[in-house]
Amino acid sequence: MEIFQTYNSIIPFYAVMISLAVVPLILLSDKNPNLREFWTIAAAVIKFILVVSLLPAALEGKEAVYSILEISPGIELALKADQFGIFFALIASGLWIFTSFYSIGYVRGNKEKKQTRYFASFAVCLSATIGVAFAANLLTFIIFYEVLTIATYPLVIHKENKEAISAGRKYLLYTLSAGAVLIAAAGLTYSYTGTLDFTAGGIFGGLNLSQGSITVLFMLFLAGVGVKAGIMPLHSWLPAAMAAPTPVSALLHAVAVVKSGVFGVVRVVGFVFGPEVMQSYGLNNILFVFAAATIIIASLIALKQDNLKKRLAYSTVGHLSYIVLGVALLSPAGFTGGIFHIATHATMKITLFFCAGAIYVNLHKENISELNGIGKVMPWTMAAFTIGSMGLAGIPPINGFVSKWFLGTGALQADMNIALIILLLSGLLNAGYFFPIIHRAFFREGNGLEKHKEASMMMVVPIMITAFLSVLFGLYPDMFFNFFEIALSVSNSVMKGF
Amino acid sequence: MIEKNIPAILPLIFLAAALFIPLLGVWKKAVAYPIAILTVLAAASVSVYGFIYVLLNGTIRYFFGGWAPPIGIEYVYDPLASFVALVINFIALLVLTHGYHAVNIDVKDRQVAYYSVVMLLLAGFNGMIITGDLFNLYVFIEISSLSGYALIAVGEKRAPFAAFRYLIIGTIGASFYLLGIGFLYFMSGTLNMNDLASILPHIKDSPAILVALILIVIGLGIKMAIFPMHGWLPDSYTYAATTSSSLIAPIGTKVGAYALLRLVLFVFGAEYFSKDLQVAELLAIFSCGGIIYGSVMAIAQKEMKRMLAYSSIAQIGYIGLGIGLANPLGFIGALLHLINHAFMKACLFLVAGNLRVKTGSSDISQMDDSFRKKYPWTMAAFTVAALSMVGIPPLAGFFSKWYLALGTIENNSWFYLAVILISSLLNAVYFFRILEKVYMRSPEKLISANSGIADIQSEEVKPSMLLPALALAVGLIVLGIFNVLLVDQIYKMMPAGL
Repeated sequence: MEIFQTYNSIIPFYAVMISLAVVPLILLSDKNPNLREFWTIAAAVIKFILVVSLLPAALEGKEAVYSILEISPGIELALKADQFGIFFALIASGLWIFTSFYSIGYVRGNKEKKQTRYFASFAVCLSATIGVAFAANLLTFIIFYEVLTIATYPLVIHKENKEAISAGRKYLLYTLSAGAVLIAAAGLTYSYTGTLDFTAGGIFGGLNLSQGSITVLFMLFLAGVGVKAGIMPLHSWLPAAMAAPTPVSALLHAVAVVKSGVFGVVRVVGFVFGPEVMQSYGLNNILFVFAAATIIIASLIALKQDNLKKRLAYSTVGHLSYIVLGVALLSPAGFTGGIFHIATHATMKITLFFCAGAIYVNLHKENISELNGIGKVMPWTMAAFTIGSMGLAGIPPINGFVSKWFLGTGALQADMNIALIILLLSGLLNAGYFFPIIHRAFFREGNGLEKHKEASMMMVVPIMITAFLSVLFGLYPDMFFNFFEIALSVSNSVMKGF
Repeated sequence: MIEKNIPAILPLIFLAAALFIPLLGVWKKAVAYPIAILTVLAAASVSVYGFIYVLLNGTIRYFFGGWAPPIGIEYVYDPLASFVALVINFIALLVLTHGYHAVNIDVKDRQVAYYSVVMLLLAGFNGMIITGDLFNLYVFIEISSLSGYALIAVGEKRAPFAAFRYLIIGTIGASFYLLGIGFLYFMSGTLNMNDLASILPHIKDSPAILVALILIVIGLGIKMAIFPMHGWLPDSYTYAATTSSSLIAPIGTKVGAYALLRLVLFVFGAEYFSKDLQVAELLAIFSCGGIIYGSVMAIAQKEMKRMLAYSSIAQIGYIGLGIGLANPLGFIGALLHLINHAFMKACLFLVAGNLRVKTGSSDISQMDDSFRKKYPWTMAAFTVAALSMVGIPPLAGFFSKWYLALGTIENNSWFYLAVILISSLLNAVYFFRILEKVYMRSPEKLISANSGIADIQSEEVKPSMLLPALALAVGLIVLGIFNVLLVDQIYKMMPAGL
């Protein structure tokens, strides 16, 4: 068993702050869009390099820690780049680079208003996301989590039409309530345990709490992180938030924001409660029921959505619960599969959202029923779409298969055949809502498409790269960043002695 | 030796200024403002020095006229008093800086009298904070109240009526307080707070003491507008001139809260206040009523100052709740919120004043997205203060909420915890309503596209009105991030029995 060592390093702090630091520069470059976008790209690249530079040490079991200051007596605003944090930070910061290029193509192609506000908010969001990833304790987590909520709001309402405004209100209602509940949960945890530090295996070990109080506490946590994780019945802000521009949906509502939610679920289960407490109080069953119901119901709802982004949104809701399900299994393979699915779903879903955005900018079509024949007009985009949707349905050799395989193995390890059935059923439903789109695009004749061509390179290249990554990580899960090795190692550290 | 005299200097310097302003004003009207601002500047500097001195060297006790208590009047300048005095004088300095133009507009040619009364008000506040004598406290309550009535009467057409109503209710409050100390004096034979604190344990079983405590809580409760004794507040704050309401709203009710905190926790003691009599519980319940009532009423208001007035009732409820919890975390929360709310409300009232200067009113209905262009910095200050009121970390408001939440958990008071969290959501409703209007294009305008928003030039208010608001906004960020430095000091201010 590995023993984790810690070392002091300011790099996690820089990784969080770099995108916040460019916000004033972005605001000042209001009049000069090229310079303004340069700042975004520069921050994205530097952020990614900083995160990658933490990886080698983390693979050897060394965790970079940095304490910023004491934020409440006895509780520090502290960052810890443990393996799980780096795992999430790598995904978020890596995909931000592609999203930045794609955003430039999108907002300019669409002639969006208030672009400066858009890029500035995006940068703040990324700072908050990396802060969530590297948060060493619950209070730090909550602080970045709330900042993320507020910074995403201007992006959700970006279009400023009626739909966007009501989506923004709904978003705030859900996420701010979740934040309030999370504060209560953190306060209770602090009064029970006297610490808020994330510790692999949990901080509740050795405490004798009544079934009632720990169940209530767990439900508070679940509501707190479950809103962003889209666990039903707390999911309904997510489809509404599709009123946002597509790059926002792509990065935030497929990667950063919702993944902060599931990241929170994993942190709560693995690093606050710990598998032993989860099982001895039967909390994993609660989690399992919610996750299983969400997977099936979300997939069914997705089937009947005609709006492409809405269908993708419900698909996201379902796939987030794959991760929750994997965690709820409390078996090593299930945990590994769940964590790995954070990465695989990210690459696949961002591809699909990028495609939806490219179709919207290029053809101004949002509904699936209008997509007949577009495969001939936008072959590259739709090829990428096909890869992404096949991956989500769990077809090898795309990376979605790998995580699903491990989730299935985890179900068997945990002796939960019902989970296996749900996964298989959900795979079929995924195929059921994705393949008709592919069928329309490639095998039906469309009208009035003659004048159109493939979307701009600024958008197509990121699409191709993320699709390619989906295949690459399917064939070689440990390529470049050892995603799979990290997922396995995190799972081992949480499950040790269980 | 000057340090030993600080307790006397603070109120006296204001009293002297109140005398000199009209005397010199006969010779030349223009001297009123310079004298006032220099006096506040001097008081603020003395408070900074005094605060540091007290932290390093301990409490200063000052015997007026050299008469030792219990015969003479004692002033006690301990860490708590010095700290609250510092906050009050600092806010007053910023508000009066803002007043340079605002008073010109609101008061016109009666400035000599106006500034003289402002000095009296501040003399009253400083006296209330520093005095160690119950009857002397009554005198200062009357000084500050009478000048408060006068200040409120200077304003819109309906201001005199609001002031009259305040006068009636305020006088009743002061009478209750006076009756209360009458009982105490009758029972104990002393008016000195320290003396009384040592005598009370021996006579605490007498019903007269209970009656005294209740009378005092009611009397001061009226002064600090604890629900349901808040009736005088909304009209007074709404119709008063900007400088008056910016002085009285952030610090007037706070000084009342401080007096209550001083008496119940330092003189009566937490044990007696909460365990023997459970007056604390009553105070907490009424405070919770105020939190919910104030927040809901604030949502219903159409005028910004009136909305802020109702919001004040809610926020005073937080402080009352913190006192009512009668535990260390509640004490921290109450005191921290006393400061944070002083900053937030001062900032918000100054913003409302700025809008009144520019547009003639502070109706919420007139606000639209042109404000964002016309008053970018004023609105930025508003945004920071609003987010802090909602309790978004790392702004100051989050931390008072955090400590109060911890305090309720320590007492196992789940109902209070829920009230705190729900109220922060209600705050979000009424503040985001304004933020939406200011930062988003209204849907009607979207239809008549290109309302020419790009052509609108900044019409920002004068620096003397802008900088105080911005300084307070920056203060909120600093108070939030570095709250532990403050909380560490608050531990030193805690009463012995807590």
